[in-house]
Amino acid sequence: MSEQLLLNIQGVNKRFGGLQALTDVGIRIMRGQVYGLIGPNGAGKTTFFNVITGLYQPDSGTFELDGKPYSPSAPHDVARAGIARTFQNIRLFGEMSALENVMVGRHVRTKQGVLGAILRHRAARDEEAAIRARAQELLDFVGIGKYADRTAKYLSYGDQRRLEIARALATDPQLLALDEPAAGMNATEKLALRELLVKIKAEGRTVLLIEHDVKLMMGLCDRITVLEYGKRIAEGLPSEIQKNQAVIDAYLGGAH
Amino acid sequence: MALLTFDTRHKPRQAYISMAAVLILMLVFPFVASQYGNSWVRIIDIALLYIMLALGLNIVVGFAGLLDLGYIAFFAVGAYLVGLFSSPQFAALLESLIYYSPAVGEALVAFFGPAIAQDGIHLSLWAIVPLAALCAALCGALLGAPTLKLRGDYLAIVTLGFGEIIRIFMNNLNDPINFTNGPQGINMIDPIRVFGVSLAGEPGSGASVMIGDYAMPSVNAYYFLFLAMVIATIFITGRLQHSRLGRAWVAIREDEIAAKAMGINTRNVKLLAFAMGASFGGVAGAMFGAFQGFVSPESFSLTESIAVLAMVVLGGIGHIPGVVLGGVLLAALPEVLRHVVDPAQQALFGKVIVEAEVLRQLLYGLALVGIMLVRPSGLWPSPNKEERPNAALAREEEEASTA
Amino acid sequence: METFIQQLLNGLVLGSMYALVALGYTMVYGVLNLINFAHGDVLMIGAMLGLTILQLLEAHVPGLPGYVQLALAILGAIPLTMLVSILIERVAYRRLRNAPRLAPLITAIGVSILLQTFAMMIWGRSPLPFPQLLSPEPIVVGGAMISHTQVLLLVLAAVAMGALVLLVERTKMGRAMRAVAENPRVAGLMGVDANRVIVATFAIGAALAAVAGVMWGANYASITFTMGVLPGLKAFCAAVLGGIGNIYGAMLGGLLLGIIEALGAGYIGDLTGGFLGSHYQDIFAFVVLILVLTLRPSGIMGERVADRA
Repeated sequence: MSEQLLLNIQGVNKRFGGLQALTDVGIRIMRGQVYGLIGPNGAGKTTFFNVITGLYQPDSGTFELDGKPYSPSAPHDVARAGIARTFQNIRLFGEMSALENVMVGRHVRTKQGVLGAILRHRAARDEEAAIRARAQELLDFVGIGKYADRTAKYLSYGDQRRLEIARALATDPQLLALDEPAAGMNATEKLALRELLVKIKAEGRTVLLIEHDVKLMMGLCDRITVLEYGKRIAEGLPSEIQKNQAVIDAYLGGAH
Repeated sequence: MALLTFDTRHKPRQAYISMAAVLILMLVFPFVASQYGNSWVRIIDIALLYIMLALGLNIVVGFAGLLDLGYIAFFAVGAYLVGLFSSPQFAALLESLIYYSPAVGEALVAFFGPAIAQDGIHLSLWAIVPLAALCAALCGALLGAPTLKLRGDYLAIVTLGFGEIIRIFMNNLNDPINFTNGPQGINMIDPIRVFGVSLAGEPGSGASVMIGDYAMPSVNAYYFLFLAMVIATIFITGRLQHSRLGRAWVAIREDEIAAKAMGINTRNVKLLAFAMGASFGGVAGAMFGAFQGFVSPESFSLTESIAVLAMVVLGGIGHIPGVVLGGVLLAALPEVLRHVVDPAQQALFGKVIVEAEVLRQLLYGLALVGIMLVRPSGLWPSPNKEERPNAALAREEEEASTA
Repeated sequence: METFIQQLLNGLVLGSMYALVALGYTMVYGVLNLINFAHGDVLMIGAMLGLTILQLLEAHVPGLPGYVQLALAILGAIPLTMLVSILIERVAYRRLRNAPRLAPLITAIGVSILLQTFAMMIWGRSPLPFPQLLSPEPIVVGGAMISHTQVLLLVLAAVAMGALVLLVERTKMGRAMRAVAENPRVAGLMGVDANRVIVATFAIGAALAAVAGVMWGANYASITFTMGVLPGLKAFCAAVLGGIGNIYGAMLGGLLLGIIEALGAGYIGDLTGGFLGSHYQDIFAFVVLILVLTLRPSGIMGERVADRA
């Protein structure tokens, strides 16, 4: 099976005032891969995420999704192009139900507007039913189907993380970008998350994953990039990364 | 409020019964109240317009979470529109226009006909309502545009500024070209005509409207018209709330960054909120102008914007039945109190200690502060917000296990 | 040229009052991230209290020299106004420290209405005349005229602002205020009682507003229960212009806005070919606000912290 290049990002630089947060960072992800991004705290992983999803404006860089350049200037354009993300500190729509949260995820692939809302003609009703059905489907997929009508802020922490993933999946992304989905989870919850990620991968989805849990990453990822102080210090198979001296030094503080 | 519910999704039978009950009450009310004179119905007429305003503001503040403190500007737009196009005012405008720029003046006369130099322009209700809605919507988008990147409190102050700017313009746009007739306002505005019947009654009939053989006071006729408009507003805003657009608004309110990340074009969606909210304000304003027969800048001050906000906040931000309740309480109650409290104080103390006007202000101030401190989601918030998480969870587990 | 100098002087007088009120807004915003919507009405309370004191003096100790009366009015108004402001913080704002951001603002609006209502009940609805206590002879400066009252106003404003600078830069309380404005939690860890700092902030802002209020009355010879609303809003615009959270910004913004308003009102007729007149004066503050927030949100002297996702 030939591998298709899905995400190709090169030469990203980002400076915040006096701090060079990212220096010439790039990434190449093949379709169907689970790609990991690791590094010590402050290495720039979330900054990189924010750049590629349009939350921060880079000082330089080229951005290609599925062979076509995309502009990371506005987050909603990025979502439309096909990259969906979750956040390090969960960002759900707290007052909405779980189902409604996921239904919002369908926004970018649907089109009814003011007239459709008011008139509720055939096309509008059909679209709304389709949105609802797909949202329930996704809730079932991530394992919280029975909490569809529960207000999102009252869900347990682990369920909230799942909900965020379901919502991101609702946008029909080509690339699912997860920012520390396992943060704050205990061992049981992490196992459940791992199962979910395996399920997602089995569907053929491409996933970009930031995580600190090394065991989780090594078992799940096809390839990994390691960042430190905003620079790429290693890239390759998990087995290679584990043996890479620069990586070991970065995490354990080797001789500088 | 436990018996009364409008949640058609979860409790359809109870909801429809509640709606029917309230509707019957509203339809019967004017006939009962008329026994005691016109003033009670007149109070509710104005209250209905305020309810319409509150429902419109609810789209901006309640659904989308944008604190608009200049909302009354759209009310003013609608009112002055009707003042300009349903009264002799256009003749005055023409006069000043011809003096300043004869060419434009003559073109207008050629377009509308020579009568306008004498009588002004008099559009009918069916033209005015869409025109008011459209104009107000446009203004809403224009006024909202600079605020799109602003944080909550700054957005509030900027919208307040816009509201003030519009009021100042309304107050001063009478020289050199007389658009608004300045602080005196515009009067002799046509009453509303529905199917040829004037709602102010024919001249000489003592403000009584004839429908076939049946006569009813003008305020009652307006009552039914405004009631119909409020019902339409409730219907439309309810539909908007439970739609793709409504969800997008709430998403922006809850977490704008996440909303953007999910593909929502927040700029356009916010503009839509401003525009839709404003359009109701404009229509209400047009109705107001026609009902009163005159408009002046005093009715469109910051105090009024805050009053409408208070109705939304007191009732239940984002919850349509709550907003209606807030509107009824804050629009009707002060007037009712005035009728009750003044005479009561006269009887008890021989003079009025606390004037009705003071009472009204006090009510608004206490409503805003009290609600925020004690019950921030409002008197009648949406059902899921009221519930405490443990109670809700316990109930659901119970339902699931017995199902 | 004479008009220009006259308008400049008018602007400085107006701007000094704006600056005094803007300081209150900016300090509270600095420590609480809250727009104290009711602050303009605190100015009104100061003016009303000052008037009442003057009336009491006139009734019981007539014949005091004008300067002394004004001084007593100001000194008397200050502690009472501070009390009002502290009460507001305690009753209305303290509970909402961690509430979602619209709640404190809505409460502030409610407090503003309540202040006006109480003023209406105590002092009545009609405008009250404020006695002219200083010599009515104008002083001529470069072809323009300025009254004794206005000179006193400028002096008092300068003294008050100078005192504030000393307080903020040189005293322990000032350091504590700056610390809380930067990072309340860490300041707390360093032993700073955030509540006391916040109370002090409200009190100081109120004191400045009281000075501005009494002098406003003296300058315009009439006060009413709604007098604080518009000046309060404009003072907030001034604070934003200078850079919200920055004390020097508030002073600069206040003076600048006053001058812009005065010059604008003076020349707007000429600039727009007679289409707009000087009664559009009130618009300037809001136009400035919108321009600042659109073009340079951090204001003249402020720094912006970026939103981290």
